[in-house]
Amino acid sequence: MSALEVRDLRKAYGAVEAVAGISFTVEQGEVFGLLGPNGAGKTTTVEILEGYRSRDGGEVTVLGVDPAHGGSALRERIGVVLQTSELPAALTVREVHRMFAGYYERPRDIDEVIGLVGLEEKAGARVKTLSGGQKRRLDLGIALVGDPELIFLDEPTTGFDPAARRGAWELVRSLRALGKTILLTTHYLDEAQQLADRVAVIREGLIVNIGSPADLIGVAPTVEIRYREAGRDVVIETDEPTRVLAGLTGAAVAAGRELESLEVVRPSLEDVYLDLIDGESDEAP
Amino acid sequence: MRLFRHEVRTQQLLFWRNKESAVFVFVFPPLLYLLLGAVYSGRIGGFPAADALLVGLVGYGCANTAFAGLAITLVIRREGGVLKRMRATPLPPATYLAAVLTSTLFIFVLQLLVTMTLGVVLYGASGPRNWLGLGCAVLLGVAAFAGLGFGAAALIRSSEGASAVVNLIVLPMAFLSGSFGPTRGYPAFLQAISDVLPLTYLIRILRVVYLGGGSFWSQPRGIVIVLAWGVVGLLIASRRFGWEPRER
Repeated sequence: MSALEVRDLRKAYGAVEAVAGISFTVEQGEVFGLLGPNGAGKTTTVEILEGYRSRDGGEVTVLGVDPAHGGSALRERIGVVLQTSELPAALTVREVHRMFAGYYERPRDIDEVIGLVGLEEKAGARVKTLSGGQKRRLDLGIALVGDPELIFLDEPTTGFDPAARRGAWELVRSLRALGKTILLTTHYLDEAQQLADRVAVIREGLIVNIGSPADLIGVAPTVEIRYREAGRDVVIETDEPTRVLAGLTGAAVAAGRELESLEVVRPSLEDVYLDLIDGESDEAP
Repeated sequence: MRLFRHEVRTQQLLFWRNKESAVFVFVFPPLLYLLLGAVYSGRIGGFPAADALLVGLVGYGCANTAFAGLAITLVIRREGGVLKRMRATPLPPATYLAAVLTSTLFIFVLQLLVTMTLGVVLYGASGPRNWLGLGCAVLLGVAAFAGLGFGAAALIRSSEGASAVVNLIVLPMAFLSGSFGPTRGYPAFLQAISDVLPLTYLIRILRVVYLGGGSFWSQPRGIVIVLAWGVVGLLIASRRFGWEPRER
């Protein structure tokens, strides 16, 4: 059984179609990234899967269950980290973990979870004294305390400084090592590239591409060959870089010239991504 | 049941740990009683001032705890995303609300005992003449004002405004209902407003059972009016209350 199955999911707010028919499957133990700009429909999709929102159309199963009717039994098996949610400021880190552990039938050991998210030294500290990054780790801790099979992370590192992001990434990798299935939304490419086994690029409520980060780059049709000639930049786009390059260099060697600043550039995921999310929206200026 | 007990304990921890709200909700009414009890003497509405004020401040305490305190807490939790976060756990919403109500009742009963003890020890006020009637009145008051509290929480849009809006309702209501002193000298239009307020009737019921030793059920009209307000609050809540932040 797949951890998540989404088929032709649709959701509109009034006249605005936030999710316009998307389909994907996430296998158990997989880290799956939903990548897209703000307003693309990522959070709506995730909140339907979490059971917060009804859907207008399509079929969805979460751990084999329809999340609209999953109830407490499904919530025992999932962990949720929301984009923004405050936690009781006057409670300590350990108390907040104990509070949430009490909601589950078979919670993990509290101190083990606190250790897993790296808050051992803050276990006795009030929530209000934590830094932003530490609060997000606390969010993650209480999402893990019920020992979920599937974890939803909605933009887990938005607003983090680079060091805190690295820390959060390590944490997600350690969850993956525990065999957890993770659905991650992000608008950071490097994050998707670093963490996800597969990525769906989502734009205006539709998946425009799906695959491993390497696949996504691989499907890019062209490689750019750039050099300078007579003071001008020359850029050649080609899907046959070997042949084109052999021709270019052969001619240059024969003429005894040097191709100035020669480089062969494969597009980064970023280029592919920007291409996907911008390139096709010409009709909407 | 395990979840319910866990959540009542959690609600208690949350209440007492939040010093500002604990002072506002728990300390303020007995403190007002101390002040007013020192100011008034003689008789109010046919009862010794210390007795009449004790009952009036217990009524105010009920509205302050179950209506004001509850509404503010719910709005702050909703706008902060806490309620939404709770919905992702296996804790059923009904269990959560039942625990919040029970915790509120517990806080108010504790406050009632403190106010009563202060009155008896410092101002020679009388103790309750009808304990069972007092218990019924407390349950009625907490249920009705909590209903209004849920309704108010559903209507208030931001946590910044919650405290102001709620106190704009509770404090004038307490004045008009005679929590803080005699209402006999009030002009007719204020009397007319007073005659529809739930706190007016809760205080009347409290006078009958606490001071007069009469039966709780001897006040059917008052009971119906107080309950009706609670039902109005619940109706508003059932239509408008949400678990997610309003301002996104």
